Amino acid sequence: MVTTDAVPPEVLDLVARVTGDEKHDPSAHSTLDVVWVLYDQVLRVSPDDPQHPDRDRFLLSKGHGPASTYAVLAAKGFFPVEWLDDVASWSSRLGHHPDRTLVPGIEIGSGSLGHGLAIGVGLALGLRGRGSPARVVVLVGDAELDEGSNHEAIAVAGRFGLGNLTCVVVDNHSDGHGWPGGISARFAVEGWAAADVAARDHAALREALLRTEPDRPSVVVADTTVTPRFARTTAAEEVAA
Amino acid sequence: MSRPGMRERFYAELDGVLAAHEDAVVVLAVIGAAATARVAARHPGRVVDVGIREQAMVGVAGGLALAGLRPIVHTYAPFLVERAYEQLKLDLGHQDVGALLVSTGASYDASTAGRTHQAPADVALVSALPGWTVHVPGHADELAEVVHREAGLSGRAYVRMSTLQNDRAYPVDGRLHLVRDGASDDPLVVAVGPLLDTVLAATRDLPVRVAYTATPHPLDAAGLRALAGPTPALAVVEPYLEGTSAHAVAAALADRPSRAVHVGVPRDAELRRYGTPRDHAAAHGLDAAGVRRRVKELLGG
Repeated sequence: MVTTDAVPPEVLDLVARVTGDEKHDPSAHSTLDVVWVLYDQVLRVSPDDPQHPDRDRFLLSKGHGPASTYAVLAAKGFFPVEWLDDVASWSSRLGHHPDRTLVPGIEIGSGSLGHGLAIGVGLALGLRGRGSPARVVVLVGDAELDEGSNHEAIAVAGRFGLGNLTCVVVDNHSDGHGWPGGISARFAVEGWAAADVAARDHAALREALLRTEPDRPSVVVADTTVTPRFARTTAAEEVAA
Repeated sequence: MSRPGMRERFYAELDGVLAAHEDAVVVLAVIGAAATARVAARHPGRVVDVGIREQAMVGVAGGLALAGLRPIVHTYAPFLVERAYEQLKLDLGHQDVGALLVSTGASYDASTAGRTHQAPADVALVSALPGWTVHVPGHADELAEVVHREAGLSGRAYVRMSTLQNDRAYPVDGRLHLVRDGASDDPLVVAVGPLLDTVLAATRDLPVRVAYTATPHPLDAAGLRALAGPTPALAVVEPYLEGTSAHAVAAALADRPSRAVHVGVPRDAELRRYGTPRDHAAAHGLDAAGVRRRVKELLGG
């Protein structure tokens, strides 16, 4: 598999096709690196069989700013790229918040913050109970973590040792009150395996997203403000130390 | 009176429910965990206690349903419906998945516990969301039948248990059933769930007919039209927020000149008293004397 350190220009063009913004809207972009690396190099899910019971699931919990997810799904063939041209129109299946019943490849309807992670916990629990090899990857934002429902889900996932669950926190430092001690530490204390990466370092992102532990969930905090040369990965043990 | 309560019956039935429906998974938030410990031991991994985390409880149920399982979610009514209301709306409804919700602590059952443990608006709230069926069984046998049936279905269902019960069980087929007949033009009193015996006592010597349903939502509109006649005069007596079924009744009878009295837990004030459920029923006008007063409004005095 060829891996790249950048989102291909044609995918960037698809994002711009959604946003209608040639300069690229940063809020639509903050998730693009993560979503691209997931669909390009990590997730086992095919547009030819998007309902396969053992497919990996990507849950966009941060449902606002779905442009990059729409663009990546279109680029991978889940639906025609023409759908990107009239987002949120009366005749469009693509809205400003995604609806799983309308869009192939979208696993949950989201928009109200703080719902995806608990759904992901239930999905991971159900898949594990069925003996499915599928993984569940939930994307949340750093500001979304304000919602207390996330912290219920973080604790439950840790206690249940959900090795098939990964949470990606796209950290664009938009949280108004900040996270003293760091975001990944809040997962690590609940028993999650934690890694911090630069969102633009695709090699590190890929490695972190592919890494799972059999007996505990994983969190990858992807900082969108760090340039790759300063990127580092941090093992949970270091975070906890 | 050693009749088993609905709650004990629910826990007792879960073993059979899990045995009969291999995709069923019970989701709890501590409440009920001790009572179901033996069931959990007999069915490993199929009774999930998330701790005192009701948002996660319903979110997890939504995820289990997305994995193709049938979640059975249980806790106290205010925590199940009110605390986790957006999760009912989004993690179940908006995801277009089903779950069976079974609450305990109906209206003022927890009279000594105060307002925090009372949710008389639960049926109004659940029925305000699309795609839900609401069952209000009036007897433990009805509860058992409804839980077994809904466990094998895939839709969204809310089952409301109560410590109040009728002396006998009636059919729980979703239809309105005439329990006490009379002249075809006698006013009709519709009793929902565990208030039937109260209604029967309240109207014992009044010229009214009495009908029963354990499924107020969706209301059996065809059954109501058949019983109500061309110029309906009816009272609807519900053990939860007054007027919860008013919209459904009005819609069912929209083309007929009708008079309707709605009796339930009053909307306008919080009852800041403890005491027994019987005390609360009397204060709310939901004992036999109170129901009788309201039904007599229909009879012109």
